[in-house]
Amino acid sequence: MALNIVCCVKQVPDPETPASAFRVDEGAKKVVPAPGIAPVISQFDAIAVEAALRIKDAKGEGKITVLSLGPDSARDVIKHGLAMGADEGVLLNDQALFDGDPFATATALTAAIKKIGDVNLVLCGRQAVDWDFGVTGLAIAEILGWPAISITKSVTVTDGTVRAERVLGDAFETVEVPLPAVVTVSNELGEPRYPKLPQIMAAARKQVTVWTAADLGLSPDQAGRSGSRLNLERLFIPQVKSQCEFIEGDTPEEMAKNLARKLREAKLI
Amino acid sequence: MSGILVLAEHKNGELIGLSTEILGAARRLADQLGEKVVALSLGSGAGEAARKAITYGADSALTVENPALDEYSGDAWVAALLAAHKEVEPSIVLMGQTMVGRDLAPRYAVRAGTGVAMDCIDLSIEGGKLVMTRPVFGGNAHASYTSKTSPAVATVRAKSQEPLEPDPSRSGEVKAISVDVSSRSKVVGREEVKAEGIRLEDAKVVVSGGRGLGGPEGFEQLHQLAEVLGGAVGASRAVVDLGWVPVSLQVGLTGKVVTPDLYIAVGISGASQHVAGITGVKNVVAINKDKDADIFKISRYGAVVDWKPFMAAFLEECKRLKA
Ligand SMILES: Cc1cc2nc3c(=O)[nH]c(=O)nc-3n(C[C@H](O)[C@H](O)[C@H](O)COP(=O)(O)OP(=O)(O)OC[C@H]3O[C@@H](n4cnc5c(N)ncnc54)[C@H](O)[C@@H]3O)c2cc1C
Repeated sequence: MALNIVCCVKQVPDPETPASAFRVDEGAKKVVPAPGIAPVISQFDAIAVEAALRIKDAKGEGKITVLSLGPDSARDVIKHGLAMGADEGVLLNDQALFDGDPFATATALTAAIKKIGDVNLVLCGRQAVDWDFGVTGLAIAEILGWPAISITKSVTVTDGTVRAERVLGDAFETVEVPLPAVVTVSNELGEPRYPKLPQIMAAARKQVTVWTAADLGLSPDQAGRSGSRLNLERLFIPQVKSQCEFIEGDTPEEMAKNLARKLREAKLI
Repeated sequence: MSGILVLAEHKNGELIGLSTEILGAARRLADQLGEKVVALSLGSGAGEAARKAITYGADSALTVENPALDEYSGDAWVAALLAAHKEVEPSIVLMGQTMVGRDLAPRYAVRAGTGVAMDCIDLSIEGGKLVMTRPVFGGNAHASYTSKTSPAVATVRAKSQEPLEPDPSRSGEVKAISVDVSSRSKVVGREEVKAEGIRLEDAKVVVSGGRGLGGPEGFEQLHQLAEVLGGAVGASRAVVDLGWVPVSLQVGLTGKVVTPDLYIAVGISGASQHVAGITGVKNVVAINKDKDADIFKISRYGAVVDWKPFMAAFLEECKRLKA
């Protein structure tokens, strides 16, 4: 069976944006992009592409399509996937598809996966690093009726089976499911490979297929905000009161003594 | 029927702490809405867990006491939850943001034809609707959601809700239901991550290290300090990714939520994703050489200092005070 993998990748505001530069527009219920900080590929999604490449490297065959839902700029994350070594790119670019909850997003991605055709493995990040839901991958599996393994640190494919190790906090569990299947990937898999210049240049020349809601056969009420099952009521920055008491001391040793005594007085040690 | 359905996770009949917290939250919501709380527990010991769930605030409980459900399996557990859904026709479904909840809630929500808000830290009723508030963008912002579809489904972050005092005199019906536990997935191996000493989640004192320690050797001293203080060692993801410590020590959004009385952060910058794991901690102590580090913003005490000369002396002083 020829392996046909789709990796879902999302463009997000850089999660390393310092908290001081992070702003929201409460009226529009949107995050205001921090000036000078370019959006990036959601970290776990890059790791999903890495997982796909490792499978392809091991098997010596397979096709990897990177699929993204987002505006024109999301082309960059598709190009990133292509530069890492993926074969094809598809962008779902249509205002009607945007601002959906994970269910609406999964509906659109699923329609695209069906349109790509003959897909037997879908890889996603464990969660997007902007809205931190961790729902989309599993929702794709449920909509397709495929088995899924979530939050994994290794993924291998043999014959008609995918085997992955789940990260359980205090254990790792190796799980097998038959293909076709969906697997979501965590950072424990390891660093995604960094594209090299010739690959970046080759990726820049590659065509990205663009589809709209109509191309996917989705009606407006199935997609984006209208197709969502959740209503975003409010988006706000929580207030934290800073009241740190800084420990004095002329030397590190003196500070150490002072802190220990302070904690003792407060009955914390 | 309608009501609030709560997945009561347990180990051999003993409810996990987070489940008691969610039962407390469910009770408060149910009282406002004039609804009932129904607990669901699965696997061996489910009956025992169900009776405990009632003492913690449930009105009644459903059980599937099938050993095939002792270990989590997505297919089998979602089937059990859907069977309970049919019994209760809930307006709200709550479960923990545990390794189970993270996998189960999305599967269940899609099959039940509804949405899900993951990792909620606040649940309230406004205009008869459940408002589910969750940290987003790594904790930099909070987002509040309502559900357009029924039931409203949420997973709940550990230590964000207060449990009730268990009341052994509370009683309620416990009903066994049966489900098809077949599964398309097969567990073919399990590797425990060996944890020494006190569990991070149960520790009264947590000493955590970050990239500022400069290398895995730094954790030696943190272990010594934890031992002196009777606590456990935690870590930031940066050092887990660097392979200095195992992933079981990771505190934060994608790691563990901890609630010690005292959290000592050594060489940790205080990225929102790390802080997500300690939002419930009142006494954070930060040791960091950068006075502008974000960790100080959520700390009660701070020492702006190079950790190395500091820690040796701190360890000695703690030993002396504890002696
Ligand atoms: C989606 C997502 C999920 C994440 N989940 C988590 C999570 O669960 N947990 C988590 O921890 N992180 C998580 N992160 C990563 C997080 O964003 C940070 O990158 C990470 O917490 C940084 O770790 P750190 O503070 O140890 O390292 P750094 O940010 O490198 O900070 C090191 C600190 O040490 C200080 N320092 C350096 N040298 C010394 C010295 N000699 N003495 C004293 N202080 C010194 C520095 O001033 C600095 O403040 C996540 C990120 C993303 C995008």
